[in-house]
Amino acid sequence: MIEPVREHVDAREVLASTHPHRAYALDVRGLSAGYPRQPPAIEGVTLAVAEGELVGLVGPNGAGKSTLFKAIVGLRPLAAGEVRVFGQPLARARDDVAYMPQVEEVEWAFPVSVLDVVLSGRRRLLPFRGWSAVDRAVAWDALERVHLAQYARRQAGQLSGGERRRLLLARTIARGSRLLLLDEPFAGLDAAVQHDLVAILDALVHAGRSILVATHDLSCVANSCDEAVCLNRRVIAAGPSSAVLTEEVLSRTFERHLLPLTPGGPPRIAVAPPASGSQP
Amino acid sequence: MSDPLGWLLDPYTFEFMRLALAALAITSVVSAVVGAFVVHKGLAFLGDALAHATLAGVAIAFVNGLSISLGALVAASVTALGVGWTQRRARVSADTAIGILFVAMFSLGVLVLSRRTSYTPNLLSFVFGDILGVSRGDVVAAALLSAAVLLFVVALYRELVFASYDPATATASGLPTTALQYALLLLIAVAVVVSLRVIGIILVNAMIVIPAATASVLAQRLPAIMALGALLALVASVVGLQLSYYFELATSPTIVLVACALFAGALGVRALRERAHIEGAPQTT
Repeated sequence: MIEPVREHVDAREVLASTHPHRAYALDVRGLSAGYPRQPPAIEGVTLAVAEGELVGLVGPNGAGKSTLFKAIVGLRPLAAGEVRVFGQPLARARDDVAYMPQVEEVEWAFPVSVLDVVLSGRRRLLPFRGWSAVDRAVAWDALERVHLAQYARRQAGQLSGGERRRLLLARTIARGSRLLLLDEPFAGLDAAVQHDLVAILDALVHAGRSILVATHDLSCVANSCDEAVCLNRRVIAAGPSSAVLTEEVLSRTFERHLLPLTPGGPPRIAVAPPASGSQP
Repeated sequence: MSDPLGWLLDPYTFEFMRLALAALAITSVVSAVVGAFVVHKGLAFLGDALAHATLAGVAIAFVNGLSISLGALVAASVTALGVGWTQRRARVSADTAIGILFVAMFSLGVLVLSRRTSYTPNLLSFVFGDILGVSRGDVVAAALLSAAVLLFVVALYRELVFASYDPATATASGLPTTALQYALLLLIAVAVVVSLRVIGIILVNAMIVIPAATASVLAQRLPAIMALGALLALVASVVGLQLSYYFELATSPTIVLVACALFAGALGVRALRERAHIEGAPQTT
């Protein structure tokens, strides 16, 4: 039995020593969480998102990806472990992290407009305070990024599934946080729209934001993410995408035999030789 | 009805009619504003439950010679907070929590009253509403309570909306979502009590649900639903008051039936609008 968790910690220490200037946007150590009086949905999860990195979180349904996100932003109590956002505990870093839930978490029947939804991403507890010019400008910019500006006045519940995901992404972007946690933003999107969204995430990362994105799309992680984390209640493997997304790791993550290569075609995922500190 | 203006204004030569109208106007506004949240959070059952639960407070206050309105306010608030707490702690669904607490409070009210051998009209007026018994003090109290509700909604409108349509993300964003949800339950409790004296326990929920539902058929955004709901409630109140004055009908059921008629009318308007929309294709909105 290998211990990828420990290996990842080592990898991180290596990174920290070679790049002392690189701070972690997100630093999760030994995290266990779930529902009360039930076995934890995730156990001993240790992972990190370096500043300015796009990290993909993959794992089968029920692997605990959503629970991990919810634990990070304080929606689930931590049974064990620690979460730091830019070196700070969550309570002092609320404004630094923006969370995009799965679309099913939102009550779409509530009578709010598309613009209302994006604006609420800007909300802090400010009694009697309306939206500032900055709030509006940022919200419109986010709407334009996801190509929903033309629907701004429409009722949010009238949007299609794919548009709802883009709307939630816009709201998350509008919050203006340095760290973004995105729970399945690509689910149910067609290839073209997904391509657009990945380009948006790339642009955000290039602008210095850090992103952890949960997805079922392995090729997207392989092609676009700096690092990948494979989760199935525990971290199965974590590190550079090319090193992590091997047949062996994916089989263990998804508990079945998966071929990460396109049959007959060129390899979609390059399997890197074992490097010290990444995969065994 | 040779003189329509006279028909409209004659009843208000009596002070009790002017007070009734003032009380109904206040009720219309506060019910529509709170009702917009109630209808779209699926809490219609809660309004009814809070109204029935006030019987416990009304009964205890009545038996002990205390302020009946205050008793109602305490009972409704306790029940509203109890619903929130039960739902959170016992991990039961909202309608189950509401169903349990409201029968508990209602039973308590009936139990307290059963120790008294005689009902009095004063008590019955809370059950069926007593529009003509509204005093100046009742109107002032209703106005103050309503002002507090409206001030709260204005102050925290954007936070309340966020916590309503996406409580998880609102919480993750650092908003005190739990406190906001409890506050919303309390607002509903206050709205129920404001309307209680006028409309009565049995029908008070109608004033919260029907105008907001009618406005939701016709309007899309929450502020528009609130404003239109208030207007529709006011129309139902005035028409209901007039009809009950001239035809000697019980006031609160008349108002409620007029409100229901407006709802049916709104459905008709929407159907016509949609038909016109289809026939008018390829025009877009």
